[in-house]
Amino acid sequence: MTGPLLSIRDLHLTMTSFDGAAHVLNGIDLTVQRGEIWGLVGESGCGKSLTGLSISRLVPTPPATYRKGEIRFEGRDILKLPLREMQDLRGKRIGMIFQDPTTNLNPAYRVGEQLIDVALAAASHDPSVLGCPPGAGRRERRRAARRLAGEMLERVGIPDAGARLDNYPHEFSGGMRQRVLIAMALIGRPDLLIADEPTTALDVSVQAQILKLLKGTVADHDIGVILITHNLGVVAETCSHVAVMYAGNIVESGPVSNVIESPAHPYTRALMAAIPTKASKRGTLKGLGGTVPNLITPPPGCRFAPRCPLAIPACTAALPGAVDLGADHRAACIRLEALEHV
Amino acid sequence: MLYFILRRILMLVPVVIGLTVIMFAIARILPGDPVALAAGPNATPAEIEALSHEFGLDQPIWTQYFHYVGGLLHGDLGTSLLTRRPVAADIAAYLPATLELVCAAMLIAVAIGIPLGLATAVWRNRWPDYLSQVVAIGAISMPRFFLGLLLQLCFAMWLMWLPLGGRLPIIVIPPPTVTGFLTIDTLLAGDLHAFTMALRHLAMPAIAMSLSPLATIMRMMRASTIEVMGQDYVMTARALGLPRGKIILKYVARNAVSATLTVIGLYFGWLLGGTVLVETVFDWPGLGLYATKAIVSQDMMPVIGVALVIGLLFVLANLVIDLLYGVINPKVRYS
Repeated sequence: MTGPLLSIRDLHLTMTSFDGAAHVLNGIDLTVQRGEIWGLVGESGCGKSLTGLSISRLVPTPPATYRKGEIRFEGRDILKLPLREMQDLRGKRIGMIFQDPTTNLNPAYRVGEQLIDVALAAASHDPSVLGCPPGAGRRERRRAARRLAGEMLERVGIPDAGARLDNYPHEFSGGMRQRVLIAMALIGRPDLLIADEPTTALDVSVQAQILKLLKGTVADHDIGVILITHNLGVVAETCSHVAVMYAGNIVESGPVSNVIESPAHPYTRALMAAIPTKASKRGTLKGLGGTVPNLITPPPGCRFAPRCPLAIPACTAALPGAVDLGADHRAACIRLEALEHV
Repeated sequence: MLYFILRRILMLVPVVIGLTVIMFAIARILPGDPVALAAGPNATPAEIEALSHEFGLDQPIWTQYFHYVGGLLHGDLGTSLLTRRPVAADIAAYLPATLELVCAAMLIAVAIGIPLGLATAVWRNRWPDYLSQVVAIGAISMPRFFLGLLLQLCFAMWLMWLPLGGRLPIIVIPPPTVTGFLTIDTLLAGDLHAFTMALRHLAMPAIAMSLSPLATIMRMMRASTIEVMGQDYVMTARALGLPRGKIILKYVARNAVSATLTVIGLYFGWLLGGTVLVETVFDWPGLGLYATKAIVSQDMMPVIGVALVIGLLFVLANLVIDLLYGVINPKVRYS
């Protein structure tokens, strides 16, 4: 089968709150192939993390409800899988890395122990992970898992990996902890890796190392990656593709070079313009006027229209569909022709 | 580690000084004449004065105090006016019974409270959770002596499953004293019949004492489990496909218990000081009964002695808890 690794089609997610139902994902479309690193960018609350969590089905329902759409992983609709089969995907086919390395490792257990547990869980799905003969006993499997854990730590660049297995998380620095978490996410040999702001909590110098590590992993294992971030710099440096999200919609997507060099959607353009450059004067940070819309009562039609300098009455009539700009570059805007001349 | 323990034990010194000063002051302030009470209703003033002199009670209070503290350094807790026996010997005789009772009660409270708290957190907001909350509030709010009376009525009077009170029936020969815990000593002596007897006597008072710590530990464990289940590392464990049972019993439980430990330590000390009513109801020959008798007859030496021993045990119990804390949570290990 040569279908896409992951394909999200028209995904709608509502969150019930005291104030009413919020339409947090409003028709997400995304296709990820092996070898691609997709950057998912957008402001806080635009739904990028929820999209990531939905792929592992970690969004609690209730309060969330999937009203429409599908998430197909190698053709199987994740939203319809029984929990047991979902369990067989988590950590084994789909790995996840979260934002804060200081809180994502269990403080009470040695990192080796935590890695071993993930490896053993993965082996229950695919025994070849450990490289043991099928009839191997408990102790033999554990030994193999420990060996694998050591190898993984070494691969993510932790010096003296074998000995570090017996350290507790608080004995590692932030960057090293994120490396441990990456090792944990990769130990089950996933085909898709979802990294939710993996470098946001790290120093800039460490950021670069971690991103390089992620990039190297994709090259070595031919996996697909979704990198959730709000940093366009990270996207430009690391990703092969990018999807820009605004208020629960993907407004523009495509290969990084196309989107960054010739952004089509007014929101993407505004984001790019907000990045300070050497030419910008001190104290003249450019922002985007207005605020993110309330998702309980979203604006009609295009959700960006109220903040868009180019909005016309037709923009509020209906949600704009994605317009193909060639070479996989798409933007959801009806004013693209007008933009050409701006 | 050693330094930590030493420092904690040194902290006992101000506790001892504070306790003795307060107790001595109270003994002076209290109305009534303990010596007259001890000498009996028919004693002549001369006899009372002689007794007062014998116990040094005719001396100024600071002389008495320094005399007492001097004795304390040699392990001498003074002499009881009433029994005319050294207080230290009395306490040594009564303390094991109380300790056995408190340990049994805490064992029940921890063994049931921790798993129950974990379970109610995992199945929170469903009927077992609501039921346990109602029972817990009932258990916390019910006075222990009243609960003791109810248990006696039910299990001793109506059902006749358990004895009404005491530690062992008179007809059973007590085992040679090793630990002072009858349940352990009978086992060490290999006397299974006596062991069953001791256990049956222990059951009701221990249950009566265990209910409120059980309920508190359960509530505490429930709250900390819910908190831990919302932690990022639990999300990571789920995202990486660890089985739910393993996440809860291994990754969540350990972190949740460490928060509950503090309560366990405090309760242990609190039960030690709060055995009086339960011991009275169940005629349990422990420190509580001993202290009550001493207080009623204004016999201050035993009262000070008991207060000191309980204070000491309280500090020790919390020291043990702090050390356990380091075992469970590597981040607070003492170097």
